[in-house]
Amino acid sequence: MATPLDPHAAIVTHAAGQGAAAEARPNAQGVLLTTADGQPLARALTRSRRRARRQAFLLVLPLLAFVLITFVVPIGQMLQRSAKNPGFSDNMPQVSAWFDENPRGAVPDEAAFAALAADMAAAAEARTVGIVGTRINYELPGTRSLFTSTGRKVARGIEPPHREALLEMDPRWADEELWTAMRNASTPYTSSFYLAALDRTRDSAGDVARVPENRQVYVMLFQRTLWLSLLITGLTFVLGFPVAHLLATLPMRRSNLLMILVLLPFWTSLLVRTTAWIVLLQQQGVVNDALVWLGLIGEQGRLQMIYNQTGTIIAMTHILLPFMILPLYSVMRTINPSYVRAARSLGATSWTAFRRIYFPQTLPGLGAGALLVFILAVGYYITPALVGGSSGQLISNMIAMHMTETLNWSMAAALAALLLAGVLILYWLYDRLVGIDNLKLG
Amino acid sequence: MKLKQTLIVTTAIAGLAGPALAQDQVLNVLDWGGAYGQSHQVAYNKPFEEKTGIRVVVSDADNPATPIKAMVQAGNVTADVASVEYADAVRLCDEGMLEEIDPAILTPAPDGAAAEEDFIEGAVTDCFVATDVYSMVLAYDDSKFPDAKPAAAADFFDTAKFPGKRTLRKGAKFNLELALMADGVAPDQVYEVLSTPEGVDQAFAKLDTIKNDVIWWEAGAQPPQLLADGEVTMAFAFNGRIFNAAMEEGKPFEIIWDGQIYEMEGWVVPKGAPNKDNAMQYIAFTTEAPQLAKAAEQISYGPPRTSASALVGNIAGKDQPMGPHLPTSPENLDLGLGSDLDFWVDHDGELSERFNAWLAG
Repeated sequence: MATPLDPHAAIVTHAAGQGAAAEARPNAQGVLLTTADGQPLARALTRSRRRARRQAFLLVLPLLAFVLITFVVPIGQMLQRSAKNPGFSDNMPQVSAWFDENPRGAVPDEAAFAALAADMAAAAEARTVGIVGTRINYELPGTRSLFTSTGRKVARGIEPPHREALLEMDPRWADEELWTAMRNASTPYTSSFYLAALDRTRDSAGDVARVPENRQVYVMLFQRTLWLSLLITGLTFVLGFPVAHLLATLPMRRSNLLMILVLLPFWTSLLVRTTAWIVLLQQQGVVNDALVWLGLIGEQGRLQMIYNQTGTIIAMTHILLPFMILPLYSVMRTINPSYVRAARSLGATSWTAFRRIYFPQTLPGLGAGALLVFILAVGYYITPALVGGSSGQLISNMIAMHMTETLNWSMAAALAALLLAGVLILYWLYDRLVGIDNLKLG
Repeated sequence: MKLKQTLIVTTAIAGLAGPALAQDQVLNVLDWGGAYGQSHQVAYNKPFEEKTGIRVVVSDADNPATPIKAMVQAGNVTADVASVEYADAVRLCDEGMLEEIDPAILTPAPDGAAAEEDFIEGAVTDCFVATDVYSMVLAYDDSKFPDAKPAAAADFFDTAKFPGKRTLRKGAKFNLELALMADGVAPDQVYEVLSTPEGVDQAFAKLDTIKNDVIWWEAGAQPPQLLADGEVTMAFAFNGRIFNAAMEEGKPFEIIWDGQIYEMEGWVVPKGAPNKDNAMQYIAFTTEAPQLAKAAEQISYGPPRTSASALVGNIAGKDQPMGPHLPTSPENLDLGLGSDLDFWVDHDGELSERFNAWLAG
């Protein structure tokens, strides 16, 4: 318990060193144990422990603040968007109030249209009508310009009766679907984006339904991402295990040389490595040229190895390989070779010795490597974007698209939250099955 | 990118050292980088610094519209002026993320014509002033088709007559229009047809015919590279990228103007820009005819002002005229289709989803 680094030990030793041997077992006699300067030991202990804790906390404080400011807060804010989009409710307060007062299925009356006209006029004035239109457009595509154009017209002036006046401007205002969409958006918190991220939507009766087949894409991409990530993790294990073993068992000088070969690509830019694969694998690329030259395939039969799923698998396996090799290597180095020798001398075949003795000892490294590779693979998007073609796209490419192209950040956040939840579940499963303490990164 | 950074650094050093430049006056420009950003550097930023003494600090983004949205929402606006696509400008403007630009600040044409008359239709809106017109064009590798040459959108989809892979931008926009034009829809009816569910089906059906022959590109630099590598024989790409590869690297790429789809890009001012007055001054200066013409000589994107088109001279560093290579030259403009902004703002989300489902399926 009391290691040499333990601050309490110093005090105890100090007290004993003062010849207070009689006081060493005082509790039996009811005598208070004190330190050399006469303070009660318990208080001195607490104080020194508190000081140590404070020092430790101060040491990690910069990192904690950094992680909090640059990681936890932005991610939390981003995730909040997946369930909260006040674009409609903030800017259309009167219509939102009307929805609150009238139950689902109520036919919009003159009061509703009057509220709509007033809100539209205010939103057009404040230049927020585009935000409103964008929000409704997520629910019901093709309606954004309805809001912006009506907003412009309403801003010029509108006379009661509002229903007729608005229908005059655009007959779509009578559309039941449109009012359903507005009702769905009339509260700042919504499940629409999560539903959409699972290829679901809410119909006019408020029930969850699947979107039309030609728009279903996310569930399939989640499945593909999961499957490809598992496959790539498996491939890095199959390829990396022998290499790590070789690194760990070769004499230092040769293993160092090999290590450089492993680390060199690791230190090379991701884009360079991805582009290198394009040069190698494309139809007019090095590998195809070599195969044609060798006569293995004809000029017409050049293999399609990139811009499809194969390209994604090859490039990502290569890029993620060091993340499997390095933890495996660091664990393998610590395995005492005499265990295997002992097994062999007791009559085990080399396969049994490997399976029963060697392999189980590499599990902490394997677990760390597999977890690293899997988690990195799940979120990869540059490599699939460049070499994946259409069949090699992952869910992260959709997140990137919603972030940068459609600017639908709520949708991106919902997809990202689902992905994060999936990874956390797998992490939890891993902890239950293997145990997270049983992890060794280096 | 590298060059741009060097320029930023040198600009910064010049700003510190040059007594002619005011120390406290800066303008932060958010730009696209690459050859396009370079054309701005030569035609706009240098002359602006010399004229006003305001230091121009450029930073690059893949698409400046995204950081604008982030900056305004976070309430930490660091850019004063940004170059964005027309559709994004209108979208951001409607969402209240841009400052309005008073058209009165724009300079009249050299012959005295008012700015509103001089700019082409739609080039000046509430929050946006166009700097150039770019287009998506069909291009092919001339050496791959020694006999018959492809000449129209339909040839792009005819892999029997013109064998080889194609490359298309990964996205619904531009491709659906191209598919309809290739299917015989007249350019002026494309968006009408595309507004109907049958029209969308028709476009996807046409894309289906070449789906297995397409390599999808995402970055503008990819199509010329794919053409040069011989991976594809035909591409649908930004005209400036193809032009640069053909002109500066001597590649045998030919552009088919038939079926070009053009769109504008230009300046916007993010809401709450720290140096708003400088930004307005910059916009007024850069959209004067001589500056626009000079930018068009650097890169083959057409100026959005009639008076500037007349001033465009030779390609920078060459003695060939730039005129015929611009999407805005009269003979090219007639063959093309103007991208319909309202249509895409409304249907982008829906058609993107459908496109992604189609692509992945």
